[in-house]
Amino acid sequence: MKNLIALLLLSLSFGVVASESIELQKANIDLSNNASLQRGAKHFVTYCLGCHSIKHIRYLRIALDIDVDPKKVLKDIAPEGANIYDQMHSAMNAHDAEKWFGTQPPDLSLIARSRGADWLYSYLKSYYIDPKSPRGVNNLIFEDTAMPNPLWQLQGEQHAEPRKNIWGHEYTNLVLKEPGTLSEGEFEIFVNDLVNFLVYVGEPVQLERQRLGKYVLFFILMFLVLAYLLKKEYWKNIH
Amino acid sequence: MKNEGVDQSKRQFLTTALTVVGAVGTGYLAVPFLAQMQPSAKAMAAGAPVEVDISKMEPGQLIRVAWRGKPVWILNRTPQVLETLITLDNELRDPLSLESIQPESSKNSVRSIKPEVFVAVGLCTHLGCSPTFRPEIAPNDLGDKWKGGFFCPCHGSWFDLAGRVYRGVPAPTNLEIPPYRYITETQLIIGEVPEEESV
Amino acid sequence: MKRNRVTECNDWFLERFPLTKLWNEHMAHYYAPKNFNFWYFFGSLALLVLVNQILTGIFLTMNYKPDAKLAFDSVEYIMRDVNWGWLIRYMHSTGSSAFFIVVYLHMFRGLLYGSFKHPRELVWIFGMLLFVALMAEAFMGYLLPWGQMSYWGAQVIISLFSAIPVIGDDLSLWLRGDYVVSDATLNRFFAFHVIAVPLALVMLVFLHIVALHEVGSNNPDGIEIKDSKDPWGHPVDGIPFHPYYTVKDLVGVGVFMLFFATVIFYIPEMGGYFLEPANFIPADPMKTPEHIAPVWYFTPFYAILRAIPDKFAGVIGMGGAIVVLFLLPWLDRSPVKSIRYRGGIYKKALMLFVISFIALGYLGTQPATPTATIVARFFTAIYFGFFLLMPLYTRWEKTKPVPKRLTTIHSLEEQLPALIEEITQIKQGSTEIGHAAFKSSFFAIRPNPKGIRNLISRLAKNAKGSLD
Repeated sequence: MKNLIALLLLSLSFGVVASESIELQKANIDLSNNASLQRGAKHFVTYCLGCHSIKHIRYLRIALDIDVDPKKVLKDIAPEGANIYDQMHSAMNAHDAEKWFGTQPPDLSLIARSRGADWLYSYLKSYYIDPKSPRGVNNLIFEDTAMPNPLWQLQGEQHAEPRKNIWGHEYTNLVLKEPGTLSEGEFEIFVNDLVNFLVYVGEPVQLERQRLGKYVLFFILMFLVLAYLLKKEYWKNIH
Repeated sequence: MKNEGVDQSKRQFLTTALTVVGAVGTGYLAVPFLAQMQPSAKAMAAGAPVEVDISKMEPGQLIRVAWRGKPVWILNRTPQVLETLITLDNELRDPLSLESIQPESSKNSVRSIKPEVFVAVGLCTHLGCSPTFRPEIAPNDLGDKWKGGFFCPCHGSWFDLAGRVYRGVPAPTNLEIPPYRYITETQLIIGEVPEEESV
Repeated sequence: MKRNRVTECNDWFLERFPLTKLWNEHMAHYYAPKNFNFWYFFGSLALLVLVNQILTGIFLTMNYKPDAKLAFDSVEYIMRDVNWGWLIRYMHSTGSSAFFIVVYLHMFRGLLYGSFKHPRELVWIFGMLLFVALMAEAFMGYLLPWGQMSYWGAQVIISLFSAIPVIGDDLSLWLRGDYVVSDATLNRFFAFHVIAVPLALVMLVFLHIVALHEVGSNNPDGIEIKDSKDPWGHPVDGIPFHPYYTVKDLVGVGVFMLFFATVIFYIPEMGGYFLEPANFIPADPMKTPEHIAPVWYFTPFYAILRAIPDKFAGVIGMGGAIVVLFLLPWLDRSPVKSIRYRGGIYKKALMLFVISFIALGYLGTQPATPTATIVARFFTAIYFGFFLLMPLYTRWEKTKPVPKRLTTIHSLEEQLPALIEEITQIKQGSTEIGHAAFKSSFFAIRPNPKGIRNLISRLAKNAKGSLD
């Protein structure tokens, strides 16, 4: 019996052992922060939409959800010539993309749901100069990523430095050598806004769903109480 | 059975209360299921207003555009056509378009904002076939009374070139005029009413 | 006058349709044992989930496109562009997991109280057929979103058939309709998922219930209530299903819906167990995800498959894990049904079985490291040991005498006041400020360490006693 429990505990612990990887930095996701979402949308269009579509969302939906006038979305966020009903397609030709990057830039509508917010946040912050890589840059979170760093002018140049922690494990530390146009704090907010927007795009209905949930649960609770009273009433003579 | 000492009124009350709550809940639950059969955001995007350039239209020419998936006709009417239209009133069922569907700006004798440019949904008001455009006068198949207009091949309804229905045909009302407005002198947008009407 | 019209209509209908007879036979005059406990909620809940799946499924089909090029996008279209599509989709995806939770608990109830034993063997067989149909339904449904997990999961499971000697390769080719999982596979899975298997499910539910109502329900004491009847021929320990169990099941429905709605509205992905993260990436036949695992409800069987180091034997093991359940009524040789009157060996064996099932389920979600494989083999052995050794240990073990009539065990809600009294004490407040109302109020109650100690030791003794 004891052996069994020990074995069970052992089996439970593998998950932890098996998933050794670089610790992710925590993104601060707040979908009720419309200002952050608006900035994130703008950043996305400026820095990402050139290559990546988010074809499952329409400009109109963004306007309604993050509380901006549709006309303002067309003027401030959407690229020239976009229609408010349009889905957010990238202008890039898939064939060219294949030639330039060796792979098609994926659609990012669901990237936050498949990768998670923290992964995206850490990924965008973890580019570093790597002379050995064909692109000259590499990424700590996603090694040999095909994507060049679109934000390098903002962040500046990071270099990788091997370090050892107090237990003697080696790890890589990224050091900012060449500052970018944004300060470190500003860049963090920038990336966070972008990730916040992508989390929103992953499931635009999140806030609405949580808001509705309260009413539904309250209603079911009411039903439950009545059902319980009725059951008690019927069963009081059953012994 | 073991019914002695049962408080029937309490049972009755609780049963009724639970039934009501259950019915309300089922009602609320039905809403999403029914609403999901309404047009989706995609359908609404596809049904968005359409812009049409009419600068290159010849007199007498008819062009067709799709709005909400329906055929919409734009006809450049000649002065002769406009003259003929006035003479037809006695043969029509609803010459003043009192019972027909059109935006306020097109509720006049020629059923358009600008007399020469006629815009209409090209679907017969009888059962939804799309009538054919027959501008010629008194052709063999339609007879002497035909002064040019739209003829529905499905059930033989007659409309004049203002989309007004003749008497004695199955169609009940004139052709529907969609909301539209002029952005410039030669550009139409179909699906949006003129601004003075929308306020 | 109007009332008469209604009655006339009623009569007209009832003269031509045996509605009253059906209602009485299955509800109002169907006598069920009066001592059903918590475990008896899951049958009606399974029916509720089936209805949920069919309803939401019908509405999902209205916008889903069974086409390899369109399927993934059409699911996102449902999630975003279709009015309320997200709710209907989450109801369906959460419903599939809920279905298995409910069905596993329902089956466990059978193991606890011997509901599969004579005379209910056929009820159990129909139930097992339902379980197999449900697994087929869930498996094929999982391909439809056409994400990476859908694709590679289907690829792996269909490849299992190729392990069968001689016909294997041809069989898996025939199942797929292509050399890999493809549009053809998706389209036929859609056909099976939306019409063929649901029809089979509904028919099997019908058979399951008809067979059950013929022999009558089992109960936590495992006694046949039909053995003691009153002068009118009704079982003394039975109560009509309606209204007693209809109102009771409504409470179960309420509790279930509370959990169900919580998942739908707050944690629809359930941490990647109900909706797997990799399934948010469209299927890519060129690239397998790093770690593929089936949805949680298949993982115990998947772990058994991986634990066996031979392709064909693995498939046999996995199939055997399900087949062996069918044989349960004949493997169990115990003279008593309920765990209440069985000896300690069955109780321990059942406990080991549950532990091994859960452990295998967990291992199935994890990467197959060498240690994990060894542990999985150990638990696979326990899983099969539970069934294959059953004819021996159930015959040997000493059972307790079974009473003639149902025993009453006080329900938790009845015991609760006494329990609370035992483990709490009233705080001795200072007399100046504390008045009587305060003393008896909730705030004056403090835990009583001695009472809690007593309770724990009594529970431990009970637990130990019941295992022997």
